Amino acid sequence: MRRFEYHEPRNLEEVSDLLTTLGNGAFILAGGTDLLVEIRERLRDVKHLVDIKRVPGLSGVDYADETGLRFGAMVTAGQLEAAPGLAARYPNLHGALKVLASIQVRNRATVIGNICRASPSADTIPPLIADGAAIETWRPGGGRVIPLADFFTGPGRSVLTPGEIATAITVPPPAPGSRRAYIKHGRRKAMELATVGVAVSLDTEGGTCTGARIALGAVGPVVLRAPRAEAILVGSRLDAAAVSAAAEQAMQECTPISNVRSSAEYRREMVGVLTRRAVSQAMEVAA
Amino acid sequence: MKKTLLDLTVNGESRSFAVEGHRSLLDALREEGGLTGTKKGCDVGDCGACTVIVNGQPVNACLMLAIEAQGAEITTVEGLQASPDELHPLQEAFMEHGASQCGFCTPGILIMAKCLLDENPLPTDEEIRFGLSGNICRCTGYTKIFDAIRSAGKRMAQQGVEA
Ligand code: FES
Ligand code: FES
Repeated sequence: MRRFEYHEPRNLEEVSDLLTTLGNGAFILAGGTDLLVEIRERLRDVKHLVDIKRVPGLSGVDYADETGLRFGAMVTAGQLEAAPGLAARYPNLHGALKVLASIQVRNRATVIGNICRASPSADTIPPLIADGAAIETWRPGGGRVIPLADFFTGPGRSVLTPGEIATAITVPPPAPGSRRAYIKHGRRKAMELATVGVAVSLDTEGGTCTGARIALGAVGPVVLRAPRAEAILVGSRLDAAAVSAAAEQAMQECTPISNVRSSAEYRREMVGVLTRRAVSQAMEVAA
Repeated sequence: MKKTLLDLTVNGESRSFAVEGHRSLLDALREEGGLTGTKKGCDVGDCGACTVIVNGQPVNACLMLAIEAQGAEITTVEGLQASPDELHPLQEAFMEHGASQCGFCTPGILIMAKCLLDENPLPTDEEIRFGLSGNICRCTGYTKIFDAIRSAGKRMAQQGVEA
């Protein structure tokens, strides 16, 4: 492995200080499952690793009925996957965690690392955006709470400023009658990056859709919402005609590219298929 | 470059290695530790050949820095058997069923299968598949591996082996 210097700060202030002083070659090490690969494959020029494992307060997973789910920056995908009640309350997020890489990787990879890596194909981002998650940060002089939908500015880029640290994710509690699903599409079932990922989060009352959020992964520079498709669903009975119209609309709202995993045309087509499928799967699983 | 003294427990024994900050746990186990049972297939987290148990959880040793394992308890494939002349039921079953060809994936699969059977000695095929989805075997086609895991599981369930 290429050489770098390893740092082990004890609190957020020290982390932030190190990141600012060491500059461009310094990166936060949480799970390391992406970063260590990027170092080995020389995709990123890393001179300093700032390990945040000794920083207190970053490892909890909590749920409260009023405030919803909250988990810290050191929470691994495996830990969150196993959190009691997660599968029932957030089946879309749980589904995304279950298909993220392998058990071994999930035992190291942190969810916030998956998010901060800002890949448009990251599995955890679509369900969290569909569920209205927000990210909490720390920086000298006061942190911020940023809606996850506004967090990304491009592939690998986010609104985090130098020295700012993502510390936790919060996800509002599911409303009664909420229905959710995430569908990942790839060439194989395991150890795969999503070719397309679609998450839906629907609110229903007496069979009528009162709120809809659709998040599309791997079909744009960032994970996208499909607001016009959502508008078609809201007020409908989620009948076949409404769902088909929304799926068609979602196809128009995405901006896929062609790459080694798939062509843009195929991705767009799959957005339609998966949006339809995700809505029907969500309606089968009562949240 | 500066070396850090790493104290850890490997297969029940206290060990200390001096490692540089950029050294992977996999390299440290194989080179400083002399434990070459754990294999380096891809070195980027894709193949599972380097799977070891760290503080009770299976992880890819190639995706972890040695220094991150400070104070940890580690089990490698060398630690599976209870004593030099008593193999783990999984090891017996892999031999009986011929579940290994070139053998490169075998240590990682044994470790992963142990983690699976410890929780669930009688897994369904779907559960075995899910458990092994991070372990790639390019030789066997997995049939014999599944046979071996099922039969070891049965044996462990009968004997109540706390592996
Ligand atoms: S060598 Fe670690 S996963 Fe392949
Ligand atoms: S036996 Fe050769 S890779 Fe599995």
